[in-house]
Amino acid sequence: MQKLFMFEKPVGMRDTLPLLYERKKSVRNRISEEFEAWGYQFLETPALEYFDTIGEASSIQNQQMFKLLDQQGHTAVLRPDMTAPIARVAASQLLKQQMPVRIAYSASVYRAQQKEGGRAAEFEQIGVELIGDSTISADSELIALLISSLQKAGFQEFQIAIGHIGFIQTLMLDILGREERVHALLRFLNERNYVGYIEHVNSLQLANMDKKRLLDILELKGSGEVLEKAAGLLENDQGTEKLNELDELLQQLAEYGSDQYVSLDLTLMNDLSYYSGLLFEVYTAGINFPVGNGGRYNSLLKKFGSDSPATGFALRLDRLIEAMGPVQEKLQLECALFTPERKQEALEFVRNRRAGGRRIALQDITGVSGLDAYTKNYTEVHYFIGASGKDGGHE
Amino acid sequence: MNDFLTMAMPKGRIFEEALELLRMAGYSLPSEFEESRKLIIDLEEEKLRFILAKPMDVAVYVEQGVADIGIAGKDVLLEEEPDVYELLDLRISRCHLAVAGLPNTSVNEAAPKIASKYPTVASHYFREQGEQVEIIKLNGSIELAPLIGLAERIVDIVSTGQTLHENGLVEYERISEITSRLIANRASYRLKEGRITEMVRRLASVIPAQA
Repeated sequence: MQKLFMFEKPVGMRDTLPLLYERKKSVRNRISEEFEAWGYQFLETPALEYFDTIGEASSIQNQQMFKLLDQQGHTAVLRPDMTAPIARVAASQLLKQQMPVRIAYSASVYRAQQKEGGRAAEFEQIGVELIGDSTISADSELIALLISSLQKAGFQEFQIAIGHIGFIQTLMLDILGREERVHALLRFLNERNYVGYIEHVNSLQLANMDKKRLLDILELKGSGEVLEKAAGLLENDQGTEKLNELDELLQQLAEYGSDQYVSLDLTLMNDLSYYSGLLFEVYTAGINFPVGNGGRYNSLLKKFGSDSPATGFALRLDRLIEAMGPVQEKLQLECALFTPERKQEALEFVRNRRAGGRRIALQDITGVSGLDAYTKNYTEVHYFIGASGKDGGHE
Repeated sequence: MNDFLTMAMPKGRIFEEALELLRMAGYSLPSEFEESRKLIIDLEEEKLRFILAKPMDVAVYVEQGVADIGIAGKDVLLEEEPDVYELLDLRISRCHLAVAGLPNTSVNEAAPKIASKYPTVASHYFREQGEQVEIIKLNGSIELAPLIGLAERIVDIVSTGQTLHENGLVEYERISEITSRLIANRASYRLKEGRITEMVRRLASVIPAQA
């Protein structure tokens, strides 16, 4: 192995320098305040979990997890997502309380990247989980909260695509008859490979009517009228219930006044295999990757011993920040420079400024090597040098 | 600029066939288009911007979102495995990926070597066959490899078979059929959904029926 440069970090790990940190903090604060305003409570879980519990449940691909051994020889993983740890906490501790519970988190997750080096392998997710409520009201609340949080964080142009895995699975199972045939077909939707999907359907031994039903699934995109088209593909009542869920969701989102931000896409799938019903993906202008996703995962908590329905979403803080464009704002930061004989005066001055909410550094001028370069870092500089008695001068 | 749809196009043979298809679909493209040496061409009246790229790079541009959509060979998609929507089979630039080598030769059991511009495809294919091989990545003139003893087999695209023939090589196995595809960036597909769907519809109506 090549010798490392002393400043190097493991691939995909990044430092966050002050200006970027400030912006990250401000976006995080605005979103957290909105979560809290809706009655969600923040919690923290450890970065390190067991592979056999969280690693197994999380369904991020095995090779994407950072693994290590603990002192007893158990394989541990750096948490690849937050949903599984929260399901663990909820099943073991929270559900003794009154259900449903509303949980929020803001934490780094770790995913080793296969592709070109340098893609973030540690990134912060901020999200919520609503556990113990199976109603559509819970799902619509989440989507409305998602929209409201993005608005509070300053985003205006964004789009949420909503799908329903349960509907697609039911419809495909009705046509194809066997689970493994359904999985083969779903794989193409998950890879967003419509060409492959069409080729695969055409290669199946099926009546032309049924082939057409499968191909028509690709057309199930748009607004409410999609539900009618989808209903037309069903041959019996199975699946109707799922479409009713979507219908009810759209109605409730209209009540929130959020309907202009959402569209339906019944081909939507997700790599996270614990999603069982409604699911969604979020896109904002300014970045070419999804900034967040979420959905219902009614079977995940069962793995931790508590059969409770749950729904949630996570936003990627790093991508939201990227979508905001280059950092231009200058940090409001002041400095008071003093010579030792006027230190008392300077101390008094910064005390007052700090009490007034300003951010101000106190610096002995004899400790500064290049004064011009140093003062450039500050928006305002106050001098307490030379003869005493004068007020701090401004630059 | 935001109302423009940016399309990454591969330079060379696929480009001309793709332009013909776009013209048939009713997009008015100037006739001097093909001769231009510009890398970025804006069409104000169609609100289209074309980026001319190396075929292998089209998938990267679209995945990263500097292009909303693009036209890429299936060979590139198999090799690069980009996270994009594969929307439409344009059925142009038809060819296939194949294993080729000198006639009547077998693979060296001790150290089987395969040369290819498509290391991912090649290694995936031989793993599926249960064969352990060493893949040597080359960037062009792959046919040279068996002639000079670098590798016993090559994995490459074959359209008419003429290049193979002229170099005295024969095709051993066919890996997969290749045509050009219309691909889209994940976010663009949501945020510019109307324009992309319209292009898919217009192109789909002029694509030659399956042979």
